[in-house]
This record gives sequence, structure tokens and C-alpha cells, in this order.
Amino acid sequence: MKILIVGAGQVGTDIASSLGENHEITVVDEDAERVEEVTYNIDALAVEGDGTSMEVLREAGVDEADIVIGTTDSDETNLAVCGSAKTAGDPFTVGRVKKRKFLETWEPSPGAFGVDLMVASNVLTAEKIARLVVTPAAHDVDVFSEGTVQMAEFEVGDDSPVAGETVAEADRFDSLTFAAVLRNGDVVIPSGSTRIETGDRVVVIGSPESVHSFAVDVAPSGTPDKDADIVVFGGGEIGEVVASLLQDRGFKPRLVESEGGRARELAEELPETVVMESDATDRDFLERERIGDADIAVSALDSDEKNLLSALIAGRMGVERSIVVTENTEYTELFETVGVDVAVNPRQEVAEEITRLTQKNRTVGLALVGSEQAEVVEVEIDGESVFAGRTIHEADGDLPGGVVVGAVSRGVEFVPPRGGTTIHEGDHVVLFVEAEVHDEVLEKV
Amino acid sequence: MKLSVDLRAAIALVGSVLKYLTVAFVLPAGVAVYYGETVVPFVTAAVVSFVVGVGLETVCRGGGDLGGREAFLTVALSWLGVALIGAVPFIVAGEGVLASPMSAVFESMSGITTTGATVVESFDVHSRSVLIWRQLIQWLGGLGILVVATAILSELSVGGAQLMETETQTQNVNKLTPRIEETARIIVRLYVALTVAQTAFLYSLNAVGLAPRMTFYNAVAHAFTSVSTSGFSPEPRSIEAFAPVVQWAMIPGMLVGATSFILIYYVTHGDTARLRRSEEFRFYGVVLSVFAVTATALLVLDGAHATVEESLRHGVFNVVSMLTTTGYASTDFNAWSSAGKHLLFVCMFFGGMAGSTTCSIKMVRWLVVAKAFRRDLFKAVHPDAVRPVRLSGSVVDEDTVRDTYAFVLVSLVFFFGFTVFVAVDSARAAVSLDEFEAMSAAAATFFNIGPAFGDAGPMNSYAGFPETTKLGMVVMMWVGRIEIIPILVLLTPTYWRR
Repeated sequence: MKILIVGAGQVGTDIASSLGENHEITVVDEDAERVEEVTYNIDALAVEGDGTSMEVLREAGVDEADIVIGTTDSDETNLAVCGSAKTAGDPFTVGRVKKRKFLETWEPSPGAFGVDLMVASNVLTAEKIARLVVTPAAHDVDVFSEGTVQMAEFEVGDDSPVAGETVAEADRFDSLTFAAVLRNGDVVIPSGSTRIETGDRVVVIGSPESVHSFAVDVAPSGTPDKDADIVVFGGGEIGEVVASLLQDRGFKPRLVESEGGRARELAEELPETVVMESDATDRDFLERERIGDADIAVSALDSDEKNLLSALIAGRMGVERSIVVTENTEYTELFETVGVDVAVNPRQEVAEEITRLTQKNRTVGLALVGSEQAEVVEVEIDGESVFAGRTIHEADGDLPGGVVVGAVSRGVEFVPPRGGTTIHEGDHVVLFVEAEVHDEVLEKV
Repeated sequence: MKLSVDLRAAIALVGSVLKYLTVAFVLPAGVAVYYGETVVPFVTAAVVSFVVGVGLETVCRGGGDLGGREAFLTVALSWLGVALIGAVPFIVAGEGVLASPMSAVFESMSGITTTGATVVESFDVHSRSVLIWRQLIQWLGGLGILVVATAILSELSVGGAQLMETETQTQNVNKLTPRIEETARIIVRLYVALTVAQTAFLYSLNAVGLAPRMTFYNAVAHAFTSVSTSGFSPEPRSIEAFAPVVQWAMIPGMLVGATSFILIYYVTHGDTARLRRSEEFRFYGVVLSVFAVTATALLVLDGAHATVEESLRHGVFNVVSMLTTTGYASTDFNAWSSAGKHLLFVCMFFGGMAGSTTCSIKMVRWLVVAKAFRRDLFKAVHPDAVRPVRLSGSVVDEDTVRDTYAFVLVSLVFFFGFTVFVAVDSARAAVSLDEFEAMSAAAATFFNIGPAFGDAGPMNSYAGFPETTKLGMVVMMWVGRIEIIPILVLLTPTYWRR
């Protein structure tokens, strides 16, 4: 397929490198330096110029493109790219936006702005945070098959009852598969006798209920019930959506916003949320409101530094778990090293989402595990697949090592994957795939 | 100095109101003809009404459009004008106390403001046609306030109308329909339909033989004053005159009259879920139930009535009557124990829902005050919390919260001030009046309830008060009915200046 990506920032480059091996990629950016970087690092054609200009788009081959992705830092530019591309040919257009208002316009009438698929980073990020909040000890939670299947990555702490158990002992759930154990930066595909150690990260795939039950096993004390005290710092769009999602799930979060007018607006929008007008790092305020008693603090302020600071202060005051938004991808790991429990990067969320959605013909879902050492992919099975009409056990023989069948979904139904489970055409299979065998597996499947 | 108010526009509209009032005299005139009584009072009044109305229209022709400022003046003057012209039949008929202009104006103002305070002492001297005019003027008063409150005051953001809007929960429009005329038409239709239904219901009790005294005349007369929650009765002993079943049957009429007509409109169009969603409606139900149960319990404990059914009936009936600002009495509650009387006295400060025919402070204001105060308590513990006041899920803006606090406070200040006036004026005129009687008479007129306690009790009359007190009451009924602000604003210099 011919894919045209406008915007060679973090997201654009990420998408280009994940799709580059199988597709013909062209990247457009105004910035000469970025264009140069793309040319050197990625197997893609790079064009320098304004992506909203028809001339530049033509030069980049918009007429023959199958997919056009607008992913610059400006929402409006991205929409203009999609709109322009639609007038040039008939590509499938993907527009990335930050602001929810565009999504709200687009959702009821897909095709608005000439966008076939809109990806809103603030909403995606907020959804991810909400999933993390309700799943204790999770570092990552992604959904597949429209919510039928979940993948989660847990860190096993030293007080976790799971620590020291073998996988067979820990696997008490019918519809849960242990896909991998990440230990010291390595990916281990576990067998029943693999022992789970403190500090390991465990990747499980299963039905949402079983993933949640396992989460409770991993961190019994951290399980948020409806009375859980959740504090959200920052009433920007991410903060607002997080609070509103938590509210919808029956929680009564507290939301701290420093600007008075915005605080009032939020308070009006969010009836079940207690909105506070204060600076998130104001110690007097934090003590007065006993923020230290909170179970989870979510930092979604307007800068990474403020987020880190607020998370660290909250942590010192006694908050058990901190989830932080980082705009800068380089900070993600750093933050987790210095004491933040989970760092969520909107750009990574968006890149994953766009990649998974543009691979839609066959591979319908994707999540990156660890530092891209492995992926979780969702594949719709067609007649030529190694799985078609065969049991998992039979198909497994034809696949390389480094692959785990995590879950099978048939329509909206979750099918626990056992060796003897027969997979039919049209089923969705969620696979855990190590990076080195990725291409080989996808070809066979 | 140049006036900033378009007097012509405002007064011309008052003229139109008076002109249309002429039509109203057809009913009492017809009744007079039917019973062979004199039609002179009504013909005279009709002529006066028509001449004054057309005269004002003609003199003030050429005014501009009616704006917000003019609306205040129009509303205030309309009530005053109708009250004055409404007194004409009483004066011309010259029956009993109503022959005195002061008393006639008192009765007429009490009528048009849906108060129900009467100076009539002996009902026998009055012709049926005069008595039905007394009922009709209350019905017109109820209709007037509905139209004004829903269609005009809501535009001016006074009179609890802003609160009523949030109760309707329509997102795009703050009224039933965007056009005042259309709103008014819907309200009028609903009001007439409810009156007809109430008449039919009361008369059907007579038809099946349960209520011999509920003649067609009485059915119409009481339908007029129950749906409008105003409380005049052509019977000297008010509702005590009727069988228990009639007393029970009158309760729903008052309750409906005290319910927001906007809510009733939606319910009659099948949206009954709205009743449950409306916090004001739930609050109204709870307050009413608490008072009714307490009153019944008190009556049972006091042994004031022979049977439990009687205690229950009189407890519920009189609480509903006072709380909805109707002012009927199913028994002489003046004879109740002190506790019972004080309970009814407290009911006077509530009133029904906004957008109904009731007067007084109204449920929605108390609800907003309670919610706002609860918010303040929360903020005392969490000084940084930002917490809007919500009513049925919609946010009440802070200006409205402040206005509501202010209205409740001003109402209470007016009540206290007027109590002092009533007490002092009675002392001056050497009329004996104890403090509870003064307070209850002040509240019963200012909050447009009607009967009070003591000399102004349900089976007595206001005739004994000094003329000056009566004049004060006429003014206070007027001010109270149109919710203070449209009249107070006329007293501010800025209203008249640019």
C-alpha cells in the first residue's frame, strides 16, 4: 500500500517505522532537519514542504496514495491535510487531533473534514489512564476485539502474593493466558513451571473480568473500589476526560485545577467530581485536603516537569500509586525510574492507534510491549491463515517460537484458547509476538 | 429630566388589559340575569373598564416597543388597575361592608392577587352574582400570574423564573416554546381545562348524591378558586360547609394548582418521568407530607376532632390549603391548639412550585437556599472546592443563587416590617391584636394566603382592621403577588433615569 504521512514528528516517525517494512511510505514535513532525519533513519521517501499545499501533496504522490495520515502538531493542519487529500484522489484519510471538540463533531458524522478516521490523542490518553486506574499494579492495559479481550502488563511487587508462584499456580483463571514475563529487559515466554519473581513484569491476555481478577491477585491492597480516593491534577482536556470516565464507572474523583474559570466550568460539567481550585504543588492545599490519603494520583498538568513534581510530592505525602502524562517520549522511562508508577505518553498512544487502524485489513489491533521487544496483535483469520479450520495445537507446530495465542474472540464472545480449540474463519486471534519473529508470524497468520 | 421608560408603551398595554377585562363581566352579568338579580353593577363596571381601557390606549398611542423596563411598570399597574376596576361592582352593588370603597378595593385586590383574605362578614346580604364575581376575579388573577410568570417575568429574570427555567430542562429554549404568545396560549388552555375538569369532578359528586350542597354554582365557584390556589368561597363557613368527601375532593385541585404548569404540560403530554426528575417537585412532596403528617399527629394527640379520619382530613386539608397559599378551611383551625396553629403559620412561608398559581416564597427558592447553604458548609471544610449548585441536574448560576438568597431575605424583612406596621397601626386605632395575630395577618396578606388567626381567622374576616391597616394590606398583597421586584424596582431612581 502507498501511505502518505504528513508530519514527521514523534508520531509520524513512529508510524512510518512500524509500517515501513511492508508498505511504501512517503513522509512530508516543513522542517528540513526532520526530513533529513527521516531520510537517514527510515525506509521512506521524505518530501520537504507544507502538507496543506496541494502542490506539495501532489509531489508526495497524494493522487496514488491509499492512505493519507495527517499527524502534525496542529489539529487544524491535520484536518486540512485530510480535506485536501480527499479532493486530490480517494485515499483513506486519518487525522490526528488533540482537541476533543473535533472528535465530537466528527463522531456523529464520520467523513466530516474529509477525515475517514479520527484519532484524538487526549481522549485515547484519558481512556488509557482510566483503564490503568481501575486495574491495580498495571503498567499498561489495552483493549482488543472491541473490548472483548484485554491485554495488561503488571509489575509484581515484593508484597504481591503472586511473587514466588509458578505460572501454573498463578493461573487460576479460565480465560486468562500468560503471554510473557519481562525480566531484566528480556522477554521470556513462560511455561507452567516458570516461577514469577519480584520485580518481574507479567503480560497477560484474557477477558476483561479475568484480567481484573488477576490484577486483584497481583495487588490485593491496591484494588480500587467505588470509594477509592482518586486525585487528578490538572483540569485540561485529559484531566477532564479521565474524571468523566471515572465518574461514569461510579468513582467520585477529585480534580485539581488552578485556574478559577476553568475550575468552575469543570465543576459544572462533572457533577460527581469534587473540583478544587488550587495549584497542584501547593503544600498547604495538599495537606489541608489530605491528598496523601489518596489511593491514586493522576498528573495531567500542562507540562511534563509539573507532572513529575506533583507526582513526586503526592508520592512523598503517601499516595500509593501515581500515573503521569508525559508529552516527551524520552521521559517515559526516566519518570518510571525516579518513582512514578506509570507514565503514559499521548504520542505513543496515538501512534499505536493509528498503526493498528491502518493495518486494519488483516491486523486489527496492536500494542507494544516493553521497549518494542514484542507486540500484541489482533488478527482476523481468513481462509489462507495457518489457523483456519485448525486447532491451536496444530497451528502452533507451523509457527516459530516466540508466539503465544492470547485469546480468541468470535463475534462478541470470548473463547478461551486451549490447545484443542478449533479456530474458524472470521475469528479474531490476539497474539503475543516477539519482535524478531513478527514478520514471519504475520505472514503465516 | 428625560424619562428613560417608555410610559406610553407601558400604559397603553395596561389599557389593553383593562379593555379585555370588560369581557369578564359577562359571566357575573349572566349569573345575575339567571337568578333575577340586578345587572347594573356589572354593566357599570364593564363600561368603566372599557372606557378607561380604551382611553388609556388612545391617550398613550404611539408608544414604542415594550422593553424590559416597561414590562415591570405594565405588570405592576395592570394588577393595580384590575384591582381598582374589580372593586366597582362591589361598590355599585352596595351590599354590606363591600359598599365601602376601601373594603371593596381590599376584597378586589385580595381577589386578583389570589390571596383570599376577605372583609365579608355576613354572606347572606350578597347576591349570587356579586359572589361569583368575587370567585371569578381570583380565577383571572391566577391566570394572569401564570401568563406573566411563565411568559414575561422569565424574560426579565425575576420572580424565580430563572429557577423555573432550569426546572424545565429544555436545552435550547428557556420556555415551553420560544414565543411568548405560544407559551401563553398553552398555559391558558391548560388552565381552562383544569378548571373545567375540577368543576366536572365536584359537580359529579353532587350528581351521584354524595354532596348535596355542591351545586353547579358552588362547583364552578370552587373550581375557580382551587385551581388558582386563591381560596375565596361563597360559603360563609368555607369548605366546612361541605361533606367530608368534598373536602377530600378539593385537595387534588389545590395540589395541581400549586404544581408548575410547565411540569403539568409535560405530564399531560405523556412525559411522567419528568415528575420524578424534578427536584422541586420531590421537595414539594416531601415538605407537604411532613407538615400534613405532623398536623394530623398533633390533631390526634390534642383530641381536637372526634375520629382519626377527621383528624387526618382536617390535618391534610388545612396544611395543603395553607402551604399552597389557597386559604380554604375545612374546619375553624383558629380553634386548634397553639402547636397546630403555629404549624399552619409556618406553612404560609412555603408556597407551591415556581410556575404555578401559588404565592409566597415558593419551594424552588427554599430548595436553592438549602442547597446553596449545604454547599457553603462543604466549602467551610474544603475551602478550595468549586461546587456549583445544581437543580434537577442543571447548574444554577451564581447570580441566580445570590438573587434567591436576596429574595428570601427581602421577603422575610418585608414580613417582619409589615408585622410591626399591622401591630402598631392596630394599637393606634385601639383595635386589640396580639402579636401572633399581627404576624399571621401580615404573612397571610403579604404571602397571599388569605385567612390568618384570631380576628382574621378562617371563619372571621378582615373587616375589623383599621382602614389604614387595610390599605397597607392592599399594597402588600399587590407587592407580594408580583414578587416584590417589579414594584421595588419602580422605586429606584435609576429605573426612571437613563
